[in-house]
Amino acid sequence: MDFGLSQEQQMLAESVTRLLRELSPLDHVRQVAEAGSAVSAQSQAALAELGLPGLVVPEAHGGLGMGLLDATVVATALGEAVAPVPFAARNVMAPLALIAAGSEAQQAQWLPRIAAGEVRFGVGVNEQVSRRDGSGVRCTGGALTGTALFVLDCEEADHFMIADEAGRLHIVSAQADGLELIALKTIDATRSVGELRLASTPAEALADDGGAAARRLIAAGRILLAADSLGAADAMIAQAVAYAGQREQFGRVIGSFQAVKHMCAEMAAKNEPCRSLVWYAAHAFDAVPAEAELVACHAKSHTGEVGRFVARTATEVHGGMGFTDLLGLHYWFKRIGFDRQVLGGPETVREEAAILQGWTARGV
Amino acid sequence: MDLSYGPEYETFREEVRDFIAVNRHLAPKNAGRAARPSNEGVAWQKLLIEHGYTARTIPREYGGFGAEPDILKSRIIAEEFARAGVPGGLANQGISMLVPTLLELGTEEQKRRWIEPTLAGDVVWCQGYSEPGSGSDLASLKTSARVEGGDFVVNGQKIWTSTAKEADMIFCLVRTEGDAAKHQGISYLIFPMTTPGIEVRPLRTMTGHAEFNETFFTDVRVPVDQIVGQRGQGWFVANATLGHERGMLGDPDALENRLLALIELMKVEQVGGARVIDLPALRDRLVALQAEVAAMKYNGMRILSNQIKGEPGGMAKLIVKLQACELAHQISALAIDALGELGILYNGSAHERANGSWQWNYMFQLGLIIGGGTAQIQKNIISERGLNMPREPRLDLPKGPSAQGGQ
Ligand SMILES: Cc1cc2nc3c(=O)[nH]c(=O)nc-3n(C[C@H](O)[C@H](O)[C@H](O)COP(=O)(O)OP(=O)(O)OC[C@H]3O[C@@H](n4cnc5c(N)ncnc54)[C@H](O)[C@@H]3O)c2cc1C
Repeated sequence: MDFGLSQEQQMLAESVTRLLRELSPLDHVRQVAEAGSAVSAQSQAALAELGLPGLVVPEAHGGLGMGLLDATVVATALGEAVAPVPFAARNVMAPLALIAAGSEAQQAQWLPRIAAGEVRFGVGVNEQVSRRDGSGVRCTGGALTGTALFVLDCEEADHFMIADEAGRLHIVSAQADGLELIALKTIDATRSVGELRLASTPAEALADDGGAAARRLIAAGRILLAADSLGAADAMIAQAVAYAGQREQFGRVIGSFQAVKHMCAEMAAKNEPCRSLVWYAAHAFDAVPAEAELVACHAKSHTGEVGRFVARTATEVHGGMGFTDLLGLHYWFKRIGFDRQVLGGPETVREEAAILQGWTARGV
Repeated sequence: MDLSYGPEYETFREEVRDFIAVNRHLAPKNAGRAARPSNEGVAWQKLLIEHGYTARTIPREYGGFGAEPDILKSRIIAEEFARAGVPGGLANQGISMLVPTLLELGTEEQKRRWIEPTLAGDVVWCQGYSEPGSGSDLASLKTSARVEGGDFVVNGQKIWTSTAKEADMIFCLVRTEGDAAKHQGISYLIFPMTTPGIEVRPLRTMTGHAEFNETFFTDVRVPVDQIVGQRGQGWFVANATLGHERGMLGDPDALENRLLALIELMKVEQVGGARVIDLPALRDRLVALQAEVAAMKYNGMRILSNQIKGEPGGMAKLIVKLQACELAHQISALAIDALGELGILYNGSAHERANGSWQWNYMFQLGLIIGGGTAQIQKNIISERGLNMPREPRLDLPKGPSAQGGQ
């Protein structure tokens, strides 16, 4: 029995962290963001060297054949560094979709190119979670029409994996007729999301998709967002503790005031169990299918709540400085804000968890 | 990540399950709140020891089962008893705190004399630590013991002494070295509650019951060999086992069982013809608590796994008392809200649910947030030991750092 990360997983996390510490300090994040992009070319290239695009692609298709827990470890490291690098949708959800529902031919066609970084996917499944502002995509005669909102990792995407209203997944080329991508501006400058408008746009449906693959993708996405939020919260707690150990008021460091210590203790006490929950959710995704969707909901909703608490509390520990752009703490604050809302905020996700357990009339 | 325990352990799990299936009719029905186990309870405890399902690693010569420590087997036992909803071994202060202390620091004579009847449930102990003036700052305690004719002579007062009324024995912190520094002047004594000069006055608590007492000592004579550890070492003797009490207060199986009871309640209770679980606001809170209980469950698995590897528990462990006690309280709070007006019924009222136990739990769990080191003391510990933040400036010590009290 071993509940925790393997040595390989720890090493993977460390190499991502080390690489980002070198290539993507906050100044760099800020530079990329201020240039209006959510993709750091240098970080992306270096992470590709580690094999991230093929992390979950089976070895037979040129990938590393790793599981969701490995991906989760990477997501936490990315969140910790507020790295402007597409990952959850592009490197994990898109290949998982093909693995879950692609025909052999489709897998052979797409997976090696994903692993090699030759195709870059954005993923649009948000309508399966919450449909807003008239969004929704219909499929008729092999073509898609409608709007997909909050398409993830859309910057530099040359293909999209889109769920239609029945939950079936389709591959659409960014060059296809009748496709228009509108970048959405969010609080979080380190991730890109878009609105995809489709008008009779030709699409390739995943061959073996009975509609269940989208649920699985959403579960994976939720676990990765939870992991990202966890990493960002770790970073905020560390920064709050460090700042409190150095800032002096009333002739002593503020970290010696109990009010400040207790804020930090509360953050740590709430955040630490999230780590265990996220790890278990990732493990269940690969190894305990019967529990996977439910624990993914728990991980998403709970880290969403804890993340919000940590984000505001760590900011408060920094006083006025926490509120400034100069310090840049807000990059983590906003990253956590993004992770909380996307693919379902806590209430939405909890309602799904209730339905999964047959606890509501709708679910029965 | 490998959550299987392996075939050897699964065989062991089967054994435990079989034992429970065959013997569950012998388990005491109302093991709940009583300080002294019933005859049924004592018999059950003895049966469990005999089969190694409690007191498992305690040597045979002291009345235990005498197995090699095996964290996974202990875990499996806890899991299976919890799953079956059958009471496992007794977990009172004597068993959880005194026995480990004696095993670690007691004399051979003390071990032989006290461990066996304590394990068997024949001897009930109470913990005499807190005083009116010394709670979180336990090391400031004033109850004194001077030596006179081969005896310690104890004078003073303890308070919040759980089960003192029912207990046969007390383990008690007293100041024996009046002129030593605060933490160096304390000794750890054990003596019968029938010793002349002890007076116990039950203190009724907010639950309406008397879960604890005031305990007065007037010239109570305790033979000098009834000390555990050396004179003046009592603080360290007591601290050796405070961790056991905190462990007892953060059991993830207990949380899961409370949650299951809450889910059941919300499915069964009806309001306006609908099940309570169909009310969105309450259902949302239920799922939020379920997620937190899951997080604590996996946190517990992580601690267990660290333990097996011989790694320190770290932050995962430091936070357990604070988080688990709060969560238990919140589970009861939701149950009361789910019951609406019925939630206030108590003391055997008509329409009362579950013998008023949700209210009793709600109140008693607040007591557990306070007892065993208050939530605030836990936060001090988390920030100082877990996050390495500066210690509080101490006005009560000449200079230099010292262990933080609070139990
Ligand atoms: C149900 C229950 C059972 C108990 N059973 C026993 C028993 O069997 N035997 C026994 O000896 N004792 C027992 N206790 C006593 C328990 O250990 C004490 O109540 C506890 O340690 C707190 O001490 P106190 O009550 O004196 O509160 P105080 O220490 O006076 O605390 C009052 C408030 O001040 C805060 N505070 C105190 N110091 C600090 C600090 N340094 N930093 C921040 N805040 C601080 C506390 O957190 C609390 O909010 C029991 C208590 C309860 C509630």
